[in-house]
Amino acid sequence: MLADKDRIFTNVYGYQPWNLAAAQARGDWDNTKDILAKGPDAIVEEIKASGLRGRGGAGFPTGMKWSFMPKEPPMDHNGNPKPSFLVINGDESEPGSCKDREILRHDPHKLIEGALVAGFAMRARAAYIYVRGEFIREAETLSAAVAEAYEAGLIGKNAAGSGYDFDVFVHRGAGAYICGEETAMIESLEGKKGQPRLKPPFPAGAGLYGCPTTVNNVESIAVAPTIMRRGASWFSSFGRENNKGTKLFQISGHVEKPCVVEEAMSIPFRELIEKHCGGISGGWDNLLAVIPGGSSVPLVPAEQIMDAPMDFDGLKEVGSGLGTAGVIVMDKSTDVVRAISRISHFYMHESCGQCTPCREGTGWMWRVMERLRTGDADVEEIDMLHEVTKQVEGHTICALGDAAAWPIQGLIRHFRPELERRIAEHAATMKEAAE
Amino acid sequence: MPKLTVDGIEVEVPAGATVLQACEAAGKEIPRFCYHERLSIAGNCRMCLVEVKPGPPKPQASCALPAADNQEIRTDSEMVKKAREGVMEFLLINHPLDCPICDQGGECDLQDQSLAYGRGGSRYARENKRAVTEKYMGPLIKTVMTRCIHCTRCVRFSEEVAGVDEIGALYRGENMQITTYLERAAQHELSANVIDLCPVGALTSRPYAFEARPWELKKTLSIDVSDAVGSNIRVDSRGREVLRVLPRINDDVNEEWISDKTRYQIDGLTSRRLDQVWIRKRGKFQPASWDEAFKAIAKVKAGKKVAAVAGDMLDCETMFAAKALLGAMGSKLIESRQTGMDYDVSSLPAVNFNSTFAGIETADAVLIIGSHLRSEAPLVNVRLSKAVKRGAKIFVVGPEWETTYPATFLGSDVSVLANLPAEVEQAMSGAKRPAIILGGGGFAAGAHGASLALADKWNLVRDLEDGGTWNGYNALHFSAARMGALMLGFVQKGGIADLVKAKPALLFALGADEVDFTQFPDALKVYIGHHGDKGAHAADIILPAAAYTEKAGTYVNTEGRVQFADKAVFAPGDAREDWTILRALADALGVSVDFDNFAELQAAMVAAVPALGEEGLADYGADLPKGELKASGEISYPIKDFYLTNPIARASVTMQRCSAELLHGEDLAEAAE
Repeated sequence: MLADKDRIFTNVYGYQPWNLAAAQARGDWDNTKDILAKGPDAIVEEIKASGLRGRGGAGFPTGMKWSFMPKEPPMDHNGNPKPSFLVINGDESEPGSCKDREILRHDPHKLIEGALVAGFAMRARAAYIYVRGEFIREAETLSAAVAEAYEAGLIGKNAAGSGYDFDVFVHRGAGAYICGEETAMIESLEGKKGQPRLKPPFPAGAGLYGCPTTVNNVESIAVAPTIMRRGASWFSSFGRENNKGTKLFQISGHVEKPCVVEEAMSIPFRELIEKHCGGISGGWDNLLAVIPGGSSVPLVPAEQIMDAPMDFDGLKEVGSGLGTAGVIVMDKSTDVVRAISRISHFYMHESCGQCTPCREGTGWMWRVMERLRTGDADVEEIDMLHEVTKQVEGHTICALGDAAAWPIQGLIRHFRPELERRIAEHAATMKEAAE
Repeated sequence: MPKLTVDGIEVEVPAGATVLQACEAAGKEIPRFCYHERLSIAGNCRMCLVEVKPGPPKPQASCALPAADNQEIRTDSEMVKKAREGVMEFLLINHPLDCPICDQGGECDLQDQSLAYGRGGSRYARENKRAVTEKYMGPLIKTVMTRCIHCTRCVRFSEEVAGVDEIGALYRGENMQITTYLERAAQHELSANVIDLCPVGALTSRPYAFEARPWELKKTLSIDVSDAVGSNIRVDSRGREVLRVLPRINDDVNEEWISDKTRYQIDGLTSRRLDQVWIRKRGKFQPASWDEAFKAIAKVKAGKKVAAVAGDMLDCETMFAAKALLGAMGSKLIESRQTGMDYDVSSLPAVNFNSTFAGIETADAVLIIGSHLRSEAPLVNVRLSKAVKRGAKIFVVGPEWETTYPATFLGSDVSVLANLPAEVEQAMSGAKRPAIILGGGGFAAGAHGASLALADKWNLVRDLEDGGTWNGYNALHFSAARMGALMLGFVQKGGIADLVKAKPALLFALGADEVDFTQFPDALKVYIGHHGDKGAHAADIILPAAAYTEKAGTYVNTEGRVQFADKAVFAPGDAREDWTILRALADALGVSVDFDNFAELQAAMVAAVPALGEEGLADYGADLPKGELKASGEISYPIKDFYLTNPIARASVTMQRCSAELLHGEDLAEAAE
């Protein structure tokens, strides 16, 4: 279990105020100038050495992502240098995910300091923090914190006395899940309809307003100053190889005490639940399945998840993924088909409509799921549904198509007998009615 | 120059090419809906998926993927076949099966590609299809949005080519809808091109709705006469009726677009037509025979006192025949500038669009003098907006109009040319490829000389660093017949005033409707034309002739580009092709001209003006005469109503409706529905 001294997010529950004075008392903004004095390349190297992988779901190594940013600014067609930008993804909309919210409302200065450190490391001119539209109070807190930081000279001209000019802007979304996709977020920031862009070009080449841009998750950025202070070796002392560091886990569903908690990576599922959540409601025998990484990863049945290490590779081995570490626990009282059908409805509702397979496929999948829920289907339709998910997966511009397909694939993989049982049951009732 | 293999065929493509282009270079057909050569890449239909090695183990959209060295592309693998079938199935699940009542039927990309790449049956059997309400897009575009496959070609066209943000997408996911937001009519001159772009039957032609199937139509290659651009068109006809006009691809002229007037004025070809001979007796027109008319004309005994005015839509052959007829009678009183303009025509390069349309795209500073480009030559406006995207600066002398790109207006009096702001001087003299566009308004306000003086000052004719030559002096005419008339010498030094001064006893008005006929009170006015418009109203004798779709002919556009048009249909009733009327008149008037058939006429014309015999740009040289910089006069644009500029358009119900609804804000269409 992670010791209190090793926690990065020391105010995740909001027991203390979020403001600058309290944040500084917790160690934030402590001599940020010294961190910046190491120089951009040293910061990137340190983050690389720490083994930090992106906390937004895909788990791309953060240091490597920063290193893609150009060292010399590219020129526009008039021969003027283009600025670089850091975009911070606070559009936390994944069902089951609720960690960025806690950072935004209880520890905003960690994020703002991280923005400065990361922005400096990638030679960015400014950071845009894109906050989910529904996070009204969170955006207010964050804006107030940004104002405090400006007031104290920590950001803006000569940020934190480093001689580096760096601005932070808070931008509020309008509640579209797809705006959490990095290129859709850039489109949305530019004032357009939130639709993912084609890649290539990647944002590091041409992102926000055509300038080099890196999009990072709130948590990835917020941990950067602490890593710089305590060193890469400290951070990488947690977790298994390739899955280093600490992580905010968000456990919801059928546990005694749902919570957001910072833990070391690779903690076994059973330990995570026992230590922090008071166990599964009704005991471990009552566990049906777990969606370990937010709604877009396949579910894992009880017997496979119980002792799995909660990290990128460990969950990949059981056919799922860590995602955002939004752990949704389902006990045996759950109508698992209905749960997945509801997730399908979510993806149908949130598909941006740009590309064909996702626009048309998500609705189709949900409609079949709804019929499977009541059993009003043919057994062959299970295979057809599986094929349709395969037709969507990997055929779309962004990953929303994949995210819509995986939960259904997981359901069919692990709960096919349940689907067939419902179909048989429904068919039986129909026969009686016909007589 | 990346080298790659497509299905084992090695191809080399230019740097910057996409995988889709590489596949086409290898002769492989790639199905697509959203991709269009002239629009930005959207990559959203996912129909063009191919397998690419090296790369992720999933199919990639070839339209958006840059071709790279050593790529191995497969378009025939199982993965690609499945991907295409999958996308096709998705496109069809919410597409209505209403092909039998869809106007796109027979020329529908979705139909063709589902036949070639689809799976042959639907598995979306137990669910309902989506239905979408229709969106009003004006009198030209009919919408059936349930058929929309969201390729966004129309959105990209209106934003990127037309330059107005009128069409866009609302909502998301399955509920995404393409609309004009507030369901107002698309208000620009090129709006109907989205009909051609739409790969399905979502946007179809409203005036052409339920008229014909594509396979019933006879297709004739022709040239548009509604402006001086000379758009290359295809005239689709059935029997004696022209049913529609579509653009032909010509990168030098109209690329792939035509204006709404070009496309839709054709319904005017069947109304208000002159289909028999009329003679005015006691102030009223009475039907007559050709013979009576010829006798009445001969009775005047005009001798040398005969004059001819050519209209805006004439082919060169007609003008040459008229010139030959008058020459045989001993008269040189011919003029084509109907409205009385008298600019100097001694030098052809000084009245020509020298940079060419394709060339103006590369200009980096442009001064427009007295031209409302959007109504005078919408397709040149498109070229100019491309130049602006490349960084060109645009200045305009003339009353303000709504440009589709940033432009600086310098005032509407041409006297400003002698005293231009420093910013303009700097931009024009510092430019590598400076250009002037002198429009009809500028000619009328007397800016011809001043524009030539500026051309001299800024050295518009120059050798470029890359070895090419540049001539940035451009006259933009508005009438399709103008350059042909100038090449044929169908002009007087003093313009139409010279004709008035000569007091002719006999005046031929060859499709001339803009002439002030009260200037000729003593002449017998013979109108040879196809529509009962202003010219016919003023005439004493009307001889029915053929419209541009009813005769073959040579046209020269404002760039000096010689182009031939074919005859699509026969003229109605008693109407004859213009040259045959003039030939018969020669006999009636007792003079002889040296042609008895169309081939001889053409041969005589080419012998007189050899450049007219060769399709393509005529070479006028680049010697611009000197001009006087001092000029004064208020510019006013000649076109008051874009949709009603010629007799055919004025007779067209569609054009009248466009004018009323789009320009005068009447709510006709919606009230009617």
